[in-house]
Amino acid sequence: MAPVLEVSGLKTHFFTRAGTVKSVDGVSFRVDRGEVLGLVGESGSGKSVTGFSVMGLIDPPGKIVEGSIKLNGKELVGLDEEGFRKVRGREVAMIFQDPMMTLNPVLRVDTQMIEAVTAHDKVSHKAARERARDALAKVGIPSPEERLNAYPHQFSGGMRQRVAIAIALLHRPPLIICDEPTTALDVTIQSQILAEMQSLCADTGTALVWITHDLGVVAGLADRIAVMYAGRIVETGAVDPVLDSPLHPYTNGLLGSLPAEGEPGAPLRQIRGSTPSLARLPQGCAFAARCDYAQADCLASAPDVTPFPGERGVRCHHPLNLAGVAA
Amino acid sequence: MLAFVLRRLAQAFFVIAAMLVIVFFGVNVVGDPIYMLISPEMDQQQIAETARALGLDRPIWEQFLVFLKNAAQGDLGRSFVHGESAIKLILSRMPATLELAFVALVLAVVIGLPLGLYAGLKPESRLSRFIMAVSILGFSLPTFWVGLMLILTFAVSLGWLPATGRGPTVSIFGLDTSLLSLKGWQHVALPAFNLALLKISLVIRLARAGAREAALMDYVKFARAKGLSQSRIIGVHILKNIMIPIVTVLGLEFGSLVAFSVVTETIFAWPGMGRLLLEAITRLDRPVIVAYVMVVVVLFVTINLLVDLIYSALDPRVRLTEATS
Amino acid sequence: MSDAALPSAAAQPPAAPAKEETPFRRFVRSFVEDRLALFGLALFILIVLLAIAAPLIAPQNPYDLASVDVMDSRQPPGSVSGEGFTMWLGSDGVGRDLLSGILYGLRISLMVGAFSGILAASIGAAIGLIAAYAGGRTENAIMRLVDLQLSLPSVLVALILVAGLGKGVDKIIIALVMVQWAYYARTVRGSALVERRKEYVEAAQSLGLSHARTVFRHILPNCLAPVIVIVTVQTAHAISLEATLSFLGVGLPQTEPSLGVLIANGFQYMLSGSYWISVFPGFALLMTIVSINLVGDRLRDVLNPRLEK
Repeated sequence: MAPVLEVSGLKTHFFTRAGTVKSVDGVSFRVDRGEVLGLVGESGSGKSVTGFSVMGLIDPPGKIVEGSIKLNGKELVGLDEEGFRKVRGREVAMIFQDPMMTLNPVLRVDTQMIEAVTAHDKVSHKAARERARDALAKVGIPSPEERLNAYPHQFSGGMRQRVAIAIALLHRPPLIICDEPTTALDVTIQSQILAEMQSLCADTGTALVWITHDLGVVAGLADRIAVMYAGRIVETGAVDPVLDSPLHPYTNGLLGSLPAEGEPGAPLRQIRGSTPSLARLPQGCAFAARCDYAQADCLASAPDVTPFPGERGVRCHHPLNLAGVAA
Repeated sequence: MLAFVLRRLAQAFFVIAAMLVIVFFGVNVVGDPIYMLISPEMDQQQIAETARALGLDRPIWEQFLVFLKNAAQGDLGRSFVHGESAIKLILSRMPATLELAFVALVLAVVIGLPLGLYAGLKPESRLSRFIMAVSILGFSLPTFWVGLMLILTFAVSLGWLPATGRGPTVSIFGLDTSLLSLKGWQHVALPAFNLALLKISLVIRLARAGAREAALMDYVKFARAKGLSQSRIIGVHILKNIMIPIVTVLGLEFGSLVAFSVVTETIFAWPGMGRLLLEAITRLDRPVIVAYVMVVVVLFVTINLLVDLIYSALDPRVRLTEATS
Repeated sequence: MSDAALPSAAAQPPAAPAKEETPFRRFVRSFVEDRLALFGLALFILIVLLAIAAPLIAPQNPYDLASVDVMDSRQPPGSVSGEGFTMWLGSDGVGRDLLSGILYGLRISLMVGAFSGILAASIGAAIGLIAAYAGGRTENAIMRLVDLQLSLPSVLVALILVAGLGKGVDKIIIALVMVQWAYYARTVRGSALVERRKEYVEAAQSLGLSHARTVFRHILPNCLAPVIVIVTVQTAHAISLEATLSFLGVGLPQTEPSLGVLIANGFQYMLSGSYWISVFPGFALLMTIVSINLVGDRLRDVLNPRLEK
């Protein structure tokens, strides 16, 4: 079966006065129908820019300079604004990080939902409103008919995110890109939303790209995982093998900095240093300066992707846990 | 909500009362209007009689008490020059001034808003820089000088538009207006544009700042992610957000338009109350000056009140805070 | 011992105003970076020099009625006067050389602007300081007055004032000062409140310095930057306002022909085509105002990036 989304060799650069920032620098991945891909990385790793590239929401000084983004087999790179507009919301939707900011504060919820319906489907105002109401009901908002007339500030943060999810689901897109949609929420609401997203997508067969810095969220949600560092995917594979026996020292470091469930009282390990400036990346491996396992060749040349069985891949000269993969 | 309105009304009353005192004494401190009103051949006794007839022979505090008593009944005195009720005189000239100010306000929005939006959404383009340069110049130019240049260009050199006066008026619902005929519009065009100039610059700045800010907001990006067209995003999502400060500021500026119309009306011989004020000042017609100021202050206070109410209608968040407090 | 902590804590505050090497030079350098502002400054200096030197360079003394010939009235630019000199900008309605009139008019306009600016700044700053320093009811009353005044358009306030005061240079200056003091009072009070809370003022007071000394040596110098910015902007505004009032015939009398008076005199001839009588003085006025505003804009950027509007 053809994948919903196939990104290959994507490069999105920002041409600022301080120099060219290579936010996304050769990223390839694919998402199958109904699959959940966890796109994991620290802030500044390029994971959000990847998401916005797929949506065609890269504004100057940013630009997709290379690569291809195929959505349901259709090439998106090079589409004009109107072409992208027709895709957005219908074939791929997006949910943002901060629900307090994503809804327009001066427009009523019904306005913002109905316009989303009529942007793609020429239906009557009444029909659009009914669809909006049904969508609100589906994401678990009580008395949706009345809530349609409310303004965003009359909703709590979690409820606003549900409204955003309802908007994303209006056209039942085959793919939704979720840019850390639970980060800004309380922990209890976080898990509610997570569970709800999972069941909604399972019902409709919607694929998700779940962008997050939190491996814990991905562990319970994603089918596959792609770890990004400094604009590149450094490790990819099915979620369990990657988390059980990470190949890349960076993935390993991320896992180490999670509070371990089994060992109460064990000290958290940190990855030393911080992410390099994307305007001035080193010649060798971008992670070498922070890596505990770095050797001379890591500083000399950037590693290519080494494929492993089970559709795993890693961008490292000296992968870890090789025994686990061979087994 | 009721408490809010009552509090604002009390404030308004205080401001009006304060202005009443300040203006009455301010105008009466210097200059004796009696010498402006008498003819040279009058003798001392005739002068004294005229003064008595106008109440000018009494001590100032007594004049003030009489003035207050009359003011409470809506009578701000009789014009020394015209012999009519000052307030009636002002009110009879008010429609012309309000018409001028209203057209200027509309011009400010119609011209300023698109230019400001453009400059805000495309800040790097050359046209935007040009727009901003012109708007800075607009703040520097003295209104009266621009008025002269407008007359020189469009009336004297090109002969396209009349330089002075107001077009024929028609009365509808008791309000005189000259805006129902082409001739009326030809007459109002230059003075209204002149009056609007400062406000156009202001609207450009406000719209630009608002659009720049709004364009970076997540809700605009989310609106794009929904697949909305550019025109819908700018025309609804961005515009509705920037209209809030613009309506507020413009509402408050309407009073200043009325005040500045003194200059514009004089240049373009527009028969409004601003020109009446200037005549009154040069002829020391105190009651008319006082009446003008009181009318304008009441106008100001009313506008401020209205703007607050409109503001809360435009911005749903304000309504919430009012409801919860 | 706990005593040991006290002296060191007390020693810290006076270190707050760290001495920079040459703040003035740094200021000049960043001012000069903007070409447009530099142009404005050069233009302004030129205008001031022209105004000062008017009696030396003007072809004619417009006050000297003997040198004015009615036969020369309303001559277009470039005509030769009865006395034989070329009237480069033409002549006005009574035969005065317009260039001379403008040079002398600049003197009056600039003088009125400068005087009212300095007076308004001094009086307004003093009132603002008093408000900030006195606090309580005094402050409240002053600020209420400031708010009331600033809510009214300056043209209107000035008109009402001249209605009471009458014509004349002194009266116009009084009116302009009364229109403008509130801007300074509000700004100085704001800065002074901020400065007052800073540690060095508390330190100065704990050292037993008198109130006056604290205000003039410590608070006032730190309020200076915004005041300088407002002085430039408000001086331009004062010149414009004076011209407006004079144009309306309620400002300066014919015996004190400022630029506004000249423009007003030319207005009646404009419709019949003698445009230059109004246009050239207007152009001089415009150059003056724009040059000051260019300087003021840059000063605002350099002196206080946070100061808005």
